[in-house]
Amino acid sequence: MTDVIVIGGGPAGMAAAIESAKNGASTILIERNKELGGILNQCIHNGFGLHYFNEELTGPEFAKRLEKEVKKYKNITVLLNTFVVSIKSGEVVVQNQEGKKKLKTRSIVFATGAREKTPASITLTGTRPEGVLTAGVAQKMVNVYGRLPGKNVVILGSGDIGLIMARRLTYERAKVKAILEINPATSGLRRNILQCVEDYNIPLFYKHTVFEVVGKDRIEGIYYGQVDSNYNPILSTRKFLKCDCLILSVGLVPETDLLPEMKLMRATSGGEVDEYLMTNIPGIFTCGNVLHIHDLVDNVCLESADAGKFASLYAKGKLNTTQPIKVSAGQGVSYVVPAVAYAGEGKFTAKFRLKSKVTKTNVVAKSNGNVLGKKFLLAGVPGEMLTLEVDKSLAKDEIVLEVET
Amino acid sequence: MKLTCINCPMGCTITVTKTKEGYKFSGNNCARGEAFARDELTAPKRMVTALIHTDRGVTSVKTDKPIDKKLIFKLLAEIDKIHLKNAKMGQIVIKNALNTGVNVVVTKSI
Repeated sequence: MTDVIVIGGGPAGMAAAIESAKNGASTILIERNKELGGILNQCIHNGFGLHYFNEELTGPEFAKRLEKEVKKYKNITVLLNTFVVSIKSGEVVVQNQEGKKKLKTRSIVFATGAREKTPASITLTGTRPEGVLTAGVAQKMVNVYGRLPGKNVVILGSGDIGLIMARRLTYERAKVKAILEINPATSGLRRNILQCVEDYNIPLFYKHTVFEVVGKDRIEGIYYGQVDSNYNPILSTRKFLKCDCLILSVGLVPETDLLPEMKLMRATSGGEVDEYLMTNIPGIFTCGNVLHIHDLVDNVCLESADAGKFASLYAKGKLNTTQPIKVSAGQGVSYVVPAVAYAGEGKFTAKFRLKSKVTKTNVVAKSNGNVLGKKFLLAGVPGEMLTLEVDKSLAKDEIVLEVET
Repeated sequence: MKLTCINCPMGCTITVTKTKEGYKFSGNNCARGEAFARDELTAPKRMVTALIHTDRGVTSVKTDKPIDKKLIFKLLAEIDKIHLKNAKMGQIVIKNALNTGVNVVVTKSI
């Protein structure tokens, strides 16, 4: 019997395992790949770690730091090349070269990360030729296998991975002919627009999308153009653009398939958790991108360290889960994590995203007219995850997070 | 003038105002922001990450300091020439690249 089993050896899983082990819990960390680090291993660009390690690192360096930390703890067992077959309260079934095995545990941290949206998840019309791939797949092809997916590239969507890939492909002497963003603004970080797009004069068209993919075996080009405010194509703006590669950077979805019993939050497609990051299944905790999509790996690690701590406390029977209070998103807030807090002394950190851009306004957490937390926002955009400290000692009823008008 | 700091993902918007005593900066949350804005106005610099070839496949490298933006593609051409047997994280593969004082360092062992 183990205290804590952590599923997923990316940054979230490693941070959770470290914190669990720090609390004295016997911990097993399961990773399907041959090495720890997850997607960080293919993110060779810099900009990671400033908040978590107080140092600017590349993805592989960040992963290595965490891995070294993991290896310091004798109470962490790492299982590589190991797939999880099924999960339920107190039990994880794994499969690796040694066969299929049932592992008994007191608690579980589910940290499987996210998956990219594919052509099937958006309405991409036209043919399905070779040369249409997601940004993460293109990133792995270039950075891990050293292969260029195309020489004349169009990127659909301006998510951060897409912007990073625009620069990477430019560095590898491919021509990024256009980035098309269907929304009036980017979902990527401002700094990436500057250092990945503007620096290299890559054309970025807002309110534009791909109308049709053209090509039988290999992609030959796309028809693209402008969309109206209802995202419908304006056919009079339709133009042809020759390309040999179309890269999709249209967002991530939590990879929850392994745990179908987990209750999901509609706004995030990730798990619905309480303030201890525990799901609706007793003893199963979740964190990182499988809970909700983060902008920064540093924040993934901070959240996951909490999950590791609470999972280890649960294993020792030290987690109090009486008197639940609902936490919900009010006016101007698209979602809030956690969905449940427990009455009593102390504070918890609510993480949330805004519905639309705001300037010079307050975000407040209220319960029955009492203000439990308040924060002034000079400027806020939906693309950036925000946090608010909530003092729950005054909360008796539902806690609502809202933007003041 | 407004600049977006690229030092970290916070991406602070830095407002630059010209005064008699020189440039004044506001909106940055740390000292690195001011240094960035100063460079951006005079000689913009960027960190560069790329790949090198080894007998075991490709692996990643970075500059240990930001390098003059104008030199990025010259530097990439230098990095392209590298082919090693293997590479160790932290190993310097180009010392004082293009006489800038910037080194190119391996970021993943292979």
